Amino acid sequence: MSEDILANIAFDADGFMTDANAWTPEIAHALAAREGIELTERHWVVLNYARAEFKAKGEAPTLRNITKNTDVSTKELYALFPGGPGKLAAKIAGLKKPTGCI
Amino acid sequence: MIPPNVIQKDIRKLSIIASKGSLDMAYPPLVLANAARMTGIETHVFFTFWGLDIITKSKMNRLRVATVGNPSMHPSFHIPTWIGAIPGMSALASWMMNREIAKLDFPPVGEFVEMIRDAGANLYACKMSVEMMKLKPEDFVEGTQILGAMEFMDISAGAQLLFV
Repeated sequence: MSEDILANIAFDADGFMTDANAWTPEIAHALAAREGIELTERHWVVLNYARAEFKAKGEAPTLRNITKNTDVSTKELYALFPGGPGKLAAKIAGLKKPTGCI
Repeated sequence: MIPPNVIQKDIRKLSIIASKGSLDMAYPPLVLANAARMTGIETHVFFTFWGLDIITKSKMNRLRVATVGNPSMHPSFHIPTWIGAIPGMSALASWMMNREIAKLDFPPVGEFVEMIRDAGANLYACKMSVEMMKLKPEDFVEGTQILGAMEFMDISAGAQLLFV
């Protein structure tokens, strides 16, 4: 099942991948399933943007950064990641735990 | 990084009482409410007395820093009390603080309030303060609920409570 793909991936204590380069879209699906989320096109807008920002700046983007620079609104962001988009978006995108305050 | 001696319990509910309406005291409840929502914590913010200004449409974007009687101003814009009393100093300090806040990519107060509302935080205007200041429901940001203190206590059952 989708959990198998995660068997050889290293995670920190909070469940964030320790190596962002080991991430693949298939892993994202498996991580999302773990959180009870089925990824849609709209999730991918967020995940792709987060990955691109991480590549450029070495850090997961803040939620304000995401809502300012994509067409995903705050309301939609919370609907996409109901358990708290602050952690979940980065987690599913295979990025380190975000440290931003906003 | 969370220090190892912190026991992380699964507390999923936060209630904040925002009682101050100066620019510097408007941000802490908003930042904390937003942080709580970002990590999926149920959040309730009760605006009372001067804190009502934070959600009052005509005032929320005009909040000022007090330059007199405010001992804890940041060193980068520290102003001695006697200079703080000169007309225009509060406006200047407020302008400076707004500029620093924008640099950190924090939104202005009005936008911030709408952001935490859209993030699912519940906003309440204290009924007694609303009556005292003769305000109407339409004076507040959309989505604000006017609520009595006792009802807020009911809502806050089991929550962590924070007074600002």
